Amino acid sequence: MNVLVALVSILFLVTPAAAAWEPTKPIEFVVPAGTGGGADQMARLIHGIAEKHKLSPRPIVVVNKSGGAGAEGFLHVKGKKGDAHTIIITLSNLFTTPLHTGVPFNWKDLTPVARLALDQFILWVNAETPYKTAKEYAAAVKEKSGQFKMGGTGSAQEDQIITIQLEQALGVKFTYVPFKGGGEVCVNLVGKHVDSTVNNPIECASHWKAGRVRPLAVFDTGRIPEPDWKDIPTVKDALGADISYNMLRGIFGPPDMPKEAVEWYVAFLKKVYDTPEFKEYLSKGALKPAFATGAEYVKWVEGAEQLHKDLMTKGGLLKK
Amino acid sequence: MRAAELTTAFVLFGLAGLVVADALRLGIGWSTDGPASGFFPFWLGVAAMAACVAIAAQALRRGDHGTFLTRAQAAPVLKVLVPAAGLVVATQVIGLYVASAVYIGLYMRWIGRHAWWLVLVLGAGMPLVTFLIFERWFLVPLPKGPLEAWLGY
Amino acid sequence: MGFENLFLGFQVALSPFNIFIAVVGIALGTIIGVLPGLGGANGVAILLPLTFTMPPTSAIILLTSIYWGALFGGAITSVLFNIPGEPWSVATTFDGYPMAKQGQGGQALTAAFTSSFVGAWFSIVLITFFAPVLAEIALKFGPPEFFAIQLLTFSSFVGLGGGNPLKSLVSILFGFMLASVGLDIVTGQLRLTFGFVDLMKGFNFIVAVIGLFGVGEILLSVEEGLRFQGARAGMNTRVVLDTWKILPRYYRTFVRGSFIGFWMGFKPGGATPASFMSYAFAKRFSRHPERFGKGEIEGIVAPETAAHSAGVAAMLPMITLGIPGSPTAAVMLGGLIIWGLQPGPMLFKEQPEFVWGLIASMYTGNVIGVLMVLACVPFFAAILRIPFAILTPVIVVVCAIGAYAVNNAMIDVWYMLIFGVVGYVFKKLDYPLAPLVLALVLGDLAENALRQSLIMSQGSLGIFFTRPIAAVITALAIFFFVLPLVTPWWRTRRGAAATAATPRGH
Repeated sequence: MNVLVALVSILFLVTPAAAAWEPTKPIEFVVPAGTGGGADQMARLIHGIAEKHKLSPRPIVVVNKSGGAGAEGFLHVKGKKGDAHTIIITLSNLFTTPLHTGVPFNWKDLTPVARLALDQFILWVNAETPYKTAKEYAAAVKEKSGQFKMGGTGSAQEDQIITIQLEQALGVKFTYVPFKGGGEVCVNLVGKHVDSTVNNPIECASHWKAGRVRPLAVFDTGRIPEPDWKDIPTVKDALGADISYNMLRGIFGPPDMPKEAVEWYVAFLKKVYDTPEFKEYLSKGALKPAFATGAEYVKWVEGAEQLHKDLMTKGGLLKK
Repeated sequence: MRAAELTTAFVLFGLAGLVVADALRLGIGWSTDGPASGFFPFWLGVAAMAACVAIAAQALRRGDHGTFLTRAQAAPVLKVLVPAAGLVVATQVIGLYVASAVYIGLYMRWIGRHAWWLVLVLGAGMPLVTFLIFERWFLVPLPKGPLEAWLGY
Repeated sequence: MGFENLFLGFQVALSPFNIFIAVVGIALGTIIGVLPGLGGANGVAILLPLTFTMPPTSAIILLTSIYWGALFGGAITSVLFNIPGEPWSVATTFDGYPMAKQGQGGQALTAAFTSSFVGAWFSIVLITFFAPVLAEIALKFGPPEFFAIQLLTFSSFVGLGGGNPLKSLVSILFGFMLASVGLDIVTGQLRLTFGFVDLMKGFNFIVAVIGLFGVGEILLSVEEGLRFQGARAGMNTRVVLDTWKILPRYYRTFVRGSFIGFWMGFKPGGATPASFMSYAFAKRFSRHPERFGKGEIEGIVAPETAAHSAGVAAMLPMITLGIPGSPTAAVMLGGLIIWGLQPGPMLFKEQPEFVWGLIASMYTGNVIGVLMVLACVPFFAAILRIPFAILTPVIVVVCAIGAYAVNNAMIDVWYMLIFGVVGYVFKKLDYPLAPLVLALVLGDLAENALRQSLIMSQGSLGIFFTRPIAAVITALAIFFFVLPLVTPWWRTRRGAAATAATPRGH
């Protein structure tokens, strides 16, 4: 009898520990964008931090699936219903790709895990141009409407959405020139092939330090608190136009991901988020730290989806 | 040879036709933004269709010379192609590792008549090396089937 | 720019740990280069997290060494099996594989590795002394100039091969059509996908090449029986020295290939077009153009010199401007950020030890690399002596893995098989494959550049003639398009003149 009690108690003691889910296979970390971009960098950073601090019992495998503006990656994860060993990092194409291309996919198909950061956007011009403030630039654009070329990443994605918002707020017209990646956009600005860009801070930071480009305004409600960036006014202060846009850097899982697995990933990502390496990366790239999970995350994504719908309807970027 | 020429030209003509059809859907105009999405595919498709017709006409005019594939040539070609197709089908079902082990083993035995010990060593060894290189060192996941799932991968 | 900086760099690059790192990186890179589908970019991305615990300079040396290894390794399977391990090795198959079939695999590999090395050093020397100036030139290249370069590559290559012009045309057109499948970056619309998710990512160049060249060639070669041609080649340990004796006579091709490679390499996607262009020019300027494609050693020297020269030049915009000149460089740039360095024009000033260590390691890495691969030439060449029934299934499996690894997609393995059959049928019916492949690789880049240019000019083609650099390159491209039409007339005139006068000894 005593033995039985002991056995039962051991069983009960052991069971809760065994119930805490842990990955039993390598984790597939999908990047719905090409190698070398912002999302890819962050995914590989998370992989590296996990490896360095031994945060995951099984290895993480980063896989790029960039086809169809990321649709390939999203549909791949959507097809892995109930899988606990796949996660995906998202950028704004989570909203823009289905809206513009009509690919049958919505963020609600996926299981939200955590939001890590929000990326900023800045209006840049070449440093050799005479425009010292956004106001001067806006005036020049107004004078020769349609003659100024705005460079950006991709078509009907975040850069073009911001450009259209700016056009509508100022009552001007830009010629929008799409490029493949943010780094290429900034170099085309340095080479004077376009007149202005709406790059992420990190994409132009080094050219700015070298004195080749000039930031005019931040597309956000407040200034960037980092010491290097805090002198740049918001678009509202500079132009009176109330435009703010942030890009999501968050993690999702496949549909119906087991609850225990979601909990494990949340805890794992929190540990990654708290490492000094991750903090330094955010600060260097002027990304907004924005860790959020559960209902808070879902609420933010819902709001962002509605925002994209509105903006893309106004800009005429929805699938015809 | 003529039959092969005509068939190829016909298939290519059809593919080009598909391209043209989708290009028309996308729009083939040229606006102030430059060409629309379908502009280049449309003209590529039209040109390809014209070229296929010309190739077919050429083949008809020249008459039938030689054979595309003799019976003696077909046998070895099929002995490579059919097992390779089998590998692809098997990979889809049971994953690459098991499929390649079976494929290499059977091929060595059937075509090469190699000794059983060599067949076993290479048939099992190649997937193992592949596993170490891709799955372990380079962390590239390859298609896996029930066996790997049972082993916890 | 002082020599003390470079000296400082060599002190960093020649530390025992960094030399060890370079050897490891090159060995891994060579494996990556040999395996089709696993490119330098994958290799670098996969090993990037391992570099977190290293000092940045050692980390970049590891990653660049992988890159050098991949550049060298790409030639191995091209020569031995007609399977380009990397996109820029496609042109190497044209003469490398025929040489291997004739039992001269060792010579072909020696020529390929040596040319790679020469091309690399040429570019490194230019980067060492002129990096900032060259970066300024690179900045002048916008979409119109980029399109003009693509046009020039294409025009230099078409009109080279003989054969049925209609079939060449079909081949080119289908290459361009395949390239346009997937997302149109300019409008964000999906093209030619017919609602299939699998078609959204388009047709990958390397998958097509593995099928068309690799699988297609196996099918074609077994028609005469289930064995390998070239298997009878004996193992010759002196092959490297013997080949070196004849290579100096191609000094012009070396110089031309290096220039083309460097010039093309500092724009994204440059190495592959550079190798094609260099091959085309070598054939045009050769006194024996008819030997090309049948095992002419100059046909290996030209593309390999250019490809490796371009591969090195791709590092220039990364170091000086913070933009990637190649997908591999894009991943390395990500690495820089993770190591806490800010890529871009300030890197030279803020991190001289890192930059000059990197530049010095380019010299040492390529020396180590060429010695390692040359030492293995006799072994590589002996691979063809493995019995057919063992080697064939292994090659097919490696091809399947390669096709899968490109996008982690099973559908690509099916494409590979289909392209294999297409390659076989095309070869038998004399549809040339090279123009198709070139169109597939250039199509996407060229169309984007063209349409970006047209948006900039609001629909006017004049933009290619009013900007000075674009105008010169476009004019050159048009010249090469017209050349095949003019040459026959010119040849007959010169032929008549030559019989009258004494032939020039040259």
